[in-house]
Amino acid sequence: MSTRTDDTTAREHPIAPFIRMERMPHIWCPTCGIGTVVKCYATALADSGVDLDKACVVSGIGCTGRVAGYMRLDGFHSTHGRAIPFATGLKLGRPELLVTVFSGDGDLVGIGGNHFIHAARRNMDLLVVLVNNFIYGMTGGQNAPTTPLTAHSSTMPFGNFERPFSLPHLAASCGASYVARWTCLQVRQLTWAFAEAIGRKGFRFIEVIAPCSTLYARLNKLGSGLDLMRFYHDNVEIRNGADTREVDIGYQEKIVCGKFRDEERPTYLELMHEHYRKTLGDRYVPMPPEGGLIRGED
Amino acid sequence: MKADPRGVLTGTHYLDGDFACGEGAMAAGCRFVAGYPITPSTEVVERIGRRFPMMGGTFIQMEDELASMAAVVGASWSGTKCMTVTSGPGFSLMMENIGLAAMMETPCVVVNVQRAGPSTGLPTMVGQADMMQARWGSHGDYALIAVCPRSPQEAFDLTIHAFNLSERYRVPVLVMMDECVGHMTEKVVIPPAAEIEVVPRRLTARPPAEFLPYQTNGSLVPEFARAGDGFRFHTTGLTHDERGYPVMTPECQAKSVRRLLDKIRLNAGEIARVEEEDTGGADVVVVSYGITSRVARLGVGLARERGVKVGTLRLVVAWPFPEARIRELAARVKAFVVPEINMGQMVLEVERCAAGKAAVVSVPHAGGNVHDPEAICQAILGAAR
Repeated sequence: MSTRTDDTTAREHPIAPFIRMERMPHIWCPTCGIGTVVKCYATALADSGVDLDKACVVSGIGCTGRVAGYMRLDGFHSTHGRAIPFATGLKLGRPELLVTVFSGDGDLVGIGGNHFIHAARRNMDLLVVLVNNFIYGMTGGQNAPTTPLTAHSSTMPFGNFERPFSLPHLAASCGASYVARWTCLQVRQLTWAFAEAIGRKGFRFIEVIAPCSTLYARLNKLGSGLDLMRFYHDNVEIRNGADTREVDIGYQEKIVCGKFRDEERPTYLELMHEHYRKTLGDRYVPMPPEGGLIRGED
Repeated sequence: MKADPRGVLTGTHYLDGDFACGEGAMAAGCRFVAGYPITPSTEVVERIGRRFPMMGGTFIQMEDELASMAAVVGASWSGTKCMTVTSGPGFSLMMENIGLAAMMETPCVVVNVQRAGPSTGLPTMVGQADMMQARWGSHGDYALIAVCPRSPQEAFDLTIHAFNLSERYRVPVLVMMDECVGHMTEKVVIPPAAEIEVVPRRLTARPPAEFLPYQTNGSLVPEFARAGDGFRFHTTGLTHDERGYPVMTPECQAKSVRRLLDKIRLNAGEIARVEEEDTGGADVVVVSYGITSRVARLGVGLARERGVKVGTLRLVVAWPFPEARIRELAARVKAFVVPEINMGQMVLEVERCAAGKAAVVSVPHAGGNVHDPEAICQAILGAAR
């Protein structure tokens, strides 16, 4: 037995090269799902063979907002709700970058909802990973735009009566080119989805349902994070290609997962280049892939 | 270094302040602009949107000013010089990410063509009432730089200067125009690119293994690494150490905030810029900026006809405030007269620096048009008595 323990501790964790290990332990609670999402993303990134020097992570504020600070990539921990416009500037300023936005539901579709719909409309070249735990975690369990009807939160102490967003439907109807939803339990499918989305272009949206045992589970008396994972096991229905009008999440009801959309559509940058080439001809000077940095001789 | 000729429209032009500001940005090497339309600033981005595709620049009209400012901060980390443009209501929305730019030490330029407020106020009419917001508008302690052009020519020149200062000190620099300057059309001379001095992004020469994003090595301004060059660095709006990692302690907070302020405060002598006329033997000095400095000149002329020895001091750079110079003058003049198109903002700084050694007279104006020169003259006469 002791030999096995030694082996395990001596071996580096397979995603350690992607993590700022000097920052461990992280701030996430035991049984939080965010770490699993990071593991799946890092695995996909490693398998994809992309140039990691060109891969950037942008986060907003909240529990998932800390991802940008834990991954050993160029990482930007921006302001609450503004990860998508921050990432938009980063991408347009240096188009060769692979820019991934990692943030939570409150951040991306609560305070940042306007940016979310417009980036999807533009088919901006961003991979957006939204970790949905149905609640505001870092501030202590307040109601989110994703909290299912009747679920309890600290600001809806008698249960939520606001209708939540169905995020795949929101993203798809606004024009996202890739839309998928998985839970933290389907680590293989989630890793494949990341790998696939990294290889696609345009606005790619992956919603990951993640357990929050400290707040969502506690306020709703749903047990531990493990119990939430067991719930996913028993209640996830995988329906690739499902109509996103039919993937709402009700309180403790089935969760439809799968890849709902995967279409090749011209991205913002492609449309811009094509349009200017057509209208301006040789006069058009596009920003080079390495960006608009103007170097001095000195 | 010299300006990239693709951005420089060399020649003698007849331009309004908004267009001249846009030309200044392009000459300075700005190649990314995110903005949201708002009167009376929109012509700046309209000008840029028309010329950017021919010089490798990207303009995007964002969904609001929150997004515009966030996009500018993001773009700056790509190494591309960038700017956004707005007026009062949009400026309020930008405060959030102006604070982020200050905290992350992100070079960028924000143009505010001021109209009268508060709130929606007088959208098409002049104001200068965002001057204190420019200094203090985002929460927390930080420092930045604000310049105040008085003419289309200066809108061009000072926009270039704003970019250069933002690169040198890694702060957001505000171009605090006003509607009159923005919409006033005058002669603007744009020199050849070889005569325009621009400060390039100061990229670190260190290899990634030896680079820490907020290490200053005794200077006050850290070296810059841009995204995508293999540094794998982190930055955050949280209080952070030299690695850019969050550190939630009063000690780290004290050190970080102190340096954010010191890099401007201790360099104020170099950054602050005023233009003086006849302050030598003056009894009264009129302190003004932007369009009001031109109206004040008429008031000063009227007062001189009535025998008062009046000098003028114009704030070319409003923030950091030229404290040292106002203190010097306060020791030997009788009074300062401060006309501005607000109910008394920069006058508070003059008062603070005069520290009771000279009288300070505010000449407020709620906005919508400029002062009556006679009102300024009367204030000067009153102060001289």
